[in-house]
Amino acid sequence: MSKLDSKIPPGPIDKKWTYHKGHARIVNPANKRRIDVIVVGTGLAGAAAAASLAEQGYNVKAFCFQDSARRAHSIAAQGGINAAKNYQNDGDSTYRLFYDTVKGGDYRAREANVYRLAEVSANIIDQCVAQGVPFARDYGGLLDNRSFGGVQVSRTFYARGQTGQQLLLGAYSALMRQVGKGAVQMFDRHEMLDVVVVGGKARGIIARNLITGEIERHGAHAVLLCTGGYGNVFFLSTNAMGSNVTAAWKAHKRGAFFGNPCYTQIHPTCIPVSGTHQSKLTLMSESLRNDGRIWVPAKLEDAKAIREGRKKGSDIPEADRDYYLERRYPAFGNLVPRDVASRAAKERCDAGYGVNKTGEAVYLDFAAAIERYGKQQASILKIASPSKEKITELGRAVVSEKYGNLFDMYENIVGENPYDHAMKIYPAVHYTMGGLWVDYNLQTTVPGLFALGEANFSDHGANRLGASALMQGLADGYFVAPYTVSDYLADDIRTGPIDTKSPEFEAAEKEQKDRINHFLNNKGSKPVDDFHRALGKVMWDKCGMARNAEGLKQAIQEIRAIREDFWKNVRVPGRADEFNQELEKAGRVADFLELGELMCMDALHRNESCGGHFREESQELDGPQKGEAKRDDANFAYVAAWEWLGEAGKAELHKEPLTFEEVKLTQRSYK
Amino acid sequence: MKLTLKIWRQNGPNDKGRIVDYPVNDVSEDMSFLEMLDVLNDDLVRKGEEPIAFDHDCREGICGMCSLFINGEPHGPGRGITTCQLHMRKFKDGDTIYVEPWRSAAFPVIKDLVVHRGAFDRIQAAGGFVSVNTSGNLVDGNAVPIPKDDADKAFDAATCIGCGACVAACPNGSAMLFVAAKVSQLSLLPQGKPERKRRALAMVEQMDKEGFGNCSNTGACEVECPKQISIANIARLNREYLVATVTKE
Repeated sequence: MSKLDSKIPPGPIDKKWTYHKGHARIVNPANKRRIDVIVVGTGLAGAAAAASLAEQGYNVKAFCFQDSARRAHSIAAQGGINAAKNYQNDGDSTYRLFYDTVKGGDYRAREANVYRLAEVSANIIDQCVAQGVPFARDYGGLLDNRSFGGVQVSRTFYARGQTGQQLLLGAYSALMRQVGKGAVQMFDRHEMLDVVVVGGKARGIIARNLITGEIERHGAHAVLLCTGGYGNVFFLSTNAMGSNVTAAWKAHKRGAFFGNPCYTQIHPTCIPVSGTHQSKLTLMSESLRNDGRIWVPAKLEDAKAIREGRKKGSDIPEADRDYYLERRYPAFGNLVPRDVASRAAKERCDAGYGVNKTGEAVYLDFAAAIERYGKQQASILKIASPSKEKITELGRAVVSEKYGNLFDMYENIVGENPYDHAMKIYPAVHYTMGGLWVDYNLQTTVPGLFALGEANFSDHGANRLGASALMQGLADGYFVAPYTVSDYLADDIRTGPIDTKSPEFEAAEKEQKDRINHFLNNKGSKPVDDFHRALGKVMWDKCGMARNAEGLKQAIQEIRAIREDFWKNVRVPGRADEFNQELEKAGRVADFLELGELMCMDALHRNESCGGHFREESQELDGPQKGEAKRDDANFAYVAAWEWLGEAGKAELHKEPLTFEEVKLTQRSYK
Repeated sequence: MKLTLKIWRQNGPNDKGRIVDYPVNDVSEDMSFLEMLDVLNDDLVRKGEEPIAFDHDCREGICGMCSLFINGEPHGPGRGITTCQLHMRKFKDGDTIYVEPWRSAAFPVIKDLVVHRGAFDRIQAAGGFVSVNTSGNLVDGNAVPIPKDDADKAFDAATCIGCGACVAACPNGSAMLFVAAKVSQLSLLPQGKPERKRRALAMVEQMDKEGFGNCSNTGACEVECPKQISIANIARLNREYLVATVTKE
């Protein structure tokens, strides 16, 4: 029998959550004061959960590695947050948001979780407005919406291009309110190094104070991991430099199964890599695809000339351009979902049509939009037979109004004006749909250990739709965990404080200290980044946008070799008892080196293409869908949950079958 | 290009600290300033020396973690950008660049270029919020229309990233722009109005406790703010504070 019990409540899908909340146990206020909860990570999920649990009366300890809770990487989300408010009266509903999310996830998500997400989405907007989040509004003073990829309604709420920032600052303010009241103890510049399991339950964590280097023990009756995704396993990604898998990975090694580790989202519109010094990649909002046209030269010799600097994009006549998304997907054109747009860019660049020095870039061109808007403006302003220059001037003003901050950002990084020259873009790692396996209660396979937000695997299947990450983080933190964690804690009212002098804490602390000492005494020759870069290259080349069995098998061998080299030859300067950034990195990369192998194993076993996971062996061979991803529902309609078996590269696969009662499985077609 | 970096090194809060010279070669103009420091650190580690500690995280100008004082300016030359968005094409071959931490009594140095900005969190905890608990049963987000102009002004103030450049730029080490941004955002919105007086008083009181200086209207904070937050917000804070003080019961 499967060890996985998803604990989906009984009843029709639209009644499950109500039923579950109604039957969840609660803890009375006097008892809550005797119960401690640890929340690791202070992004949307973490800050929201910590604040909400503290409001309920629990003693909360919140941890983040940044110097303030406000800096978690949720802050960088640009586009918006989905909610089924149907303010636009365009036919939106809870059911439609649920349906779009299941379909967008390529039918690899758990229906009941997704429905709940859609159900609480409207509450999120109300909650944030009440906190003083300054969402965009129209002239009537009501909330404004925009459209996002992969859906047919306008349900995305936004705060200019800084929605993540505004939502996080809202959650952070709720958190700081509880800090001010003494209900949350905040531990910033603290990194969780291990979770401590006592008697089969998560009872605390080991953390390192990043300023003093002290290794600390913290006990609690439940531990919530809200620690984000693991995109930095690729070295280059749009994640923050500090984003890491350590908390989730340590939980995995203590018994939490890892769900669908190979599901990675590669975002199509990022600024291409400029050189070996590159430390991270910058996303250009998906909204640009509303007006920008993506193309490469149709002739190989033109692409070569551009790469060698003999020609510019603007030298290529219209007839010699290949607007490949419009060509391949006439129905959706430049607005196909992220996974499809990314693969198409890679296909053209692999075929030799890339347009920058490295050959890994395509054009995102606004010339047509500038002309179209220019003519429109001229007619609005009643300018008869405007000159070409006048049209360009008027058109630029419109484009600047819509995307000015993004154009400035591009120019700042690339040093080229995107009004004059088409932007160059290339896909980059952006989000990880995989994560710790959780049941309907967001509890991992370790009792008392919960995972929220991007750190869990639950809601996005094999591909996440735009503006859904913020929704999930806040839904988990504000509206789901407070109920389900309370239900779990109802058994702990008589437990009393957790003893951090127990042998389990002792052993966990020693393990971490030994590991730190190993790094510092290793006296190798190569900095941590050397290994991280090498790992990233293997992952990107062989476990990136397209994967095949042979490449994945090679990747596993290569990762093992890098890992061995790392433990032998890494050099970490400085001391354990001080602020030591190289030491922090070493610990994180050590965990990435183990995770990378599991991702490849998962990608290798999943011999189908779905969402962000594209196996070259599994594509349509003929007909109108030729070359498109081919799912294999008969054999792979399940969640792959991996159990750690004591050493890297050894893991047992457990399957949670996915049953679709509401949504009919079909092929996603954007033709 | 070749550059001479003069970088502040300080082992810990109790170390006196000093400027150390680092010549760097082969700096590409496509590098960001922080990537240039990454390359220098990589080199230092290989040579068995201690790398330079500096704060950074998102590297796209929004988390507020990076914090360098470059050639006498917070976040270096260029307006409306953070250090992580500064690129080396802003410099030329042969330049000498001074790199120091934020200097303020309220931001003690942890190591090298890294400072502690916990004072900002404590100011937020004193009153930078709307007192609303999590609930699935609040009024609808559209129940209270907010004039677009107010929403836009609130947003402009709310873009503060809490980096502390305003404090570092100010000759008095004042945190007025930071406090003003949060007070403005919330007092402009109907949801923040019930607590506006309490908030202004509590945040200013905490700001004073933390050892930040006073505002003498030099305007340096506005110039150096990577989010270009206007000092008009400080005027609004002063009004809010004045009203709160004179109407206090």
